[in-house]
Amino acid sequence: MNRIDEKFEQLRKRNEKALVGFVTAGDPDPGRSLEIIRTMCRSGVDILELGIPFSDPTADGPVIQRSSTRALKAGMNLSKAFEMIRELRGTCDVPIVAFSYYNPILAYGGAKFYRDALDSGADGVLIVDLPPEESDELTRQWPDRDLALIRLVAPTTPPDRMSAIAQSASGFIYLVSMTGVTGGGEPDLTELSFLTSELRSRCDGIPVCVGFGISLPEHARAVSPLADGVVVGTAFERIIEAHQNDSAVASKVGEAVGALKAAL
Amino acid sequence: MKTNQRAAPVALRQPIHASMPDSHGHFGPFGGRYVGETLMPAIIELEKAYARISALPGFQEELRRLLKHYAGRPTPLFPAARLTEKIGGAAIYLKREDLAHTGAHKINNTLGQALLARWMGKRKVIAETGAGQHGVATATVAALFGMECRIFMGTEDVRRQSANVQRMELLGAEVVPVESGTGTLKDAMSEAMRYWVSAVRDTFYVIGSVAGPHPYPMMVRDFQRVIGDETKEQMLEAEGRLPDMLVACVGGGSNAMGLFYPFIDDPGVEMVGVEAAGYGIATGKHAATLGAGSVGVLHGSKSFVLQDEAGQIMEAHSISAGLDYPGVGPEHSLLKEMGRARYEAVDDAGALHAFHELCALEGIIPALESSHALARAMVEASGQPRTRLIVVNLSGRGDKDLGIVQQARA
Repeated sequence: MNRIDEKFEQLRKRNEKALVGFVTAGDPDPGRSLEIIRTMCRSGVDILELGIPFSDPTADGPVIQRSSTRALKAGMNLSKAFEMIRELRGTCDVPIVAFSYYNPILAYGGAKFYRDALDSGADGVLIVDLPPEESDELTRQWPDRDLALIRLVAPTTPPDRMSAIAQSASGFIYLVSMTGVTGGGEPDLTELSFLTSELRSRCDGIPVCVGFGISLPEHARAVSPLADGVVVGTAFERIIEAHQNDSAVASKVGEAVGALKAAL
Repeated sequence: MKTNQRAAPVALRQPIHASMPDSHGHFGPFGGRYVGETLMPAIIELEKAYARISALPGFQEELRRLLKHYAGRPTPLFPAARLTEKIGGAAIYLKREDLAHTGAHKINNTLGQALLARWMGKRKVIAETGAGQHGVATATVAALFGMECRIFMGTEDVRRQSANVQRMELLGAEVVPVESGTGTLKDAMSEAMRYWVSAVRDTFYVIGSVAGPHPYPMMVRDFQRVIGDETKEQMLEAEGRLPDMLVACVGGGSNAMGLFYPFIDDPGVEMVGVEAAGYGIATGKHAATLGAGSVGVLHGSKSFVLQDEAGQIMEAHSISAGLDYPGVGPEHSLLKEMGRARYEAVDDAGALHAFHELCALEGIIPALESSHALARAMVEASGQPRTRLIVVNLSGRGDKDLGIVQQARA
């Protein structure tokens, strides 16, 4: 059983919601990034979304854009991200989702990506600009489906499209809480409650995690009854940006993780 | 120098007109829709709206009327006799898109898209721009239709093309300077897509080239094909036969696609796309995406891109802000792979030389973009018989580039 499925089963038994933590691999540099991630795992992240930096992240807001720029400058790429995952696996068994834009994976090669992702200990992949319509060209190079394919649903997604997306998703469904890029605004709970119930009625038991616009424990607390988990990313990247030259950067991210997890 | 693009790995079973793109927006292995889920419903809606509305006689009639009475079409096909004389080779004709309203071919597409937006009931438009020509054309049609307009432009291009920034502002558009990346067209397009994600419910994104996710490459091509359609008719009238060669510059590739498209099924007509070689391809500072790039996904479609081994998009360089783009329209990638079109590159110095030649010999100041096409056409014409007919698409006028040209002289 995939670590992601196992994790949601454990959480369900404990009546807990998942904290999915996003961080850009290699930000501000590979060494400190690894330390930050280890601290996040120790502080309560249930699933780690590891961002593979891309030069043109069109779905992300300025904070994550800048984190990608820092990581790229520090030499991060997909093979180094796999090395990071391998190193992490020595000390933690938190499920890991590689979050990427499609072009770095296309350049790496689909079959090689699948093999190296699993070998390194990754559990899933979320490719933000690869909709179901285009993803066969990648997944047909995958011998099995051991790597979970996390799909996105947006507030603009019509109901019948939600059903189609849910059918081809595994691991969990990432519900984008607002019409916008990462890090903008706060979720509208009325709209979100409508969206989550619409989506849940169509997704056949696949867990739903809500992301975009969740940065504070009170957002997480407000959203958690609606979903199986929340995704937080920009909030962590803001801390990394503000404390990139500070030796306490990892512990500061860890504190934020602890506060968010406590609110769920 | 001829390239070796004559082999045809992609077999054509039916005329390319009818089959490209396929129902999913693919031009052979290129094209498609690679965007985040928030935008998918919007581009599916756009695809359906475009199919429905563009088939309505009322829409086509209104567009034809605007192209004629507002944009000033048809533009002339001018035999450049003094230039032809100086080269002493094939006869060079200029398709005068520089004479269209706002001074470039961009107006054909922005009239089409803004009219579509109006028929779809959208009152806000956004666009990205490099040299500013597409931004000016979008601001122009937004003013004409009373629409709210926001233009994204890289800070480097804002600096290089300040006259066009003033024009856009005079026309009532808000110009948003984009600082990320290199502050050029690629970054402006990324930022426009980001903004569109937030405003997608009521905003129409007017993409300026045959790039982006389906249906944009097809739609922009369809709005630009008027260039090729007119050229065909005008050449038949002038010479009683089709031209032997078409030459056009390629950044994203919309003016070239517009010229080429109606001739794709005329095998006797050779097509040459001209990319910017910048300081020279060997220096790495260029914008020759088809010549020196590889297959990747950028801004919503799969095509050739300039990228490193890890799939990170590289910076493009050209003296011409309009060609300074590390991607290219997917249909050009297909034409290259099929060997139907040939793609060459001209460096900054070559473009400047052609610019001055046309000024001195024909009294026409061409855009630096078009000067690349002109430079290559002069090479293609040289040593050929006078009976050979070459059409160069003069995609825009050079007023916007005077500062750059002066600086290059100094």
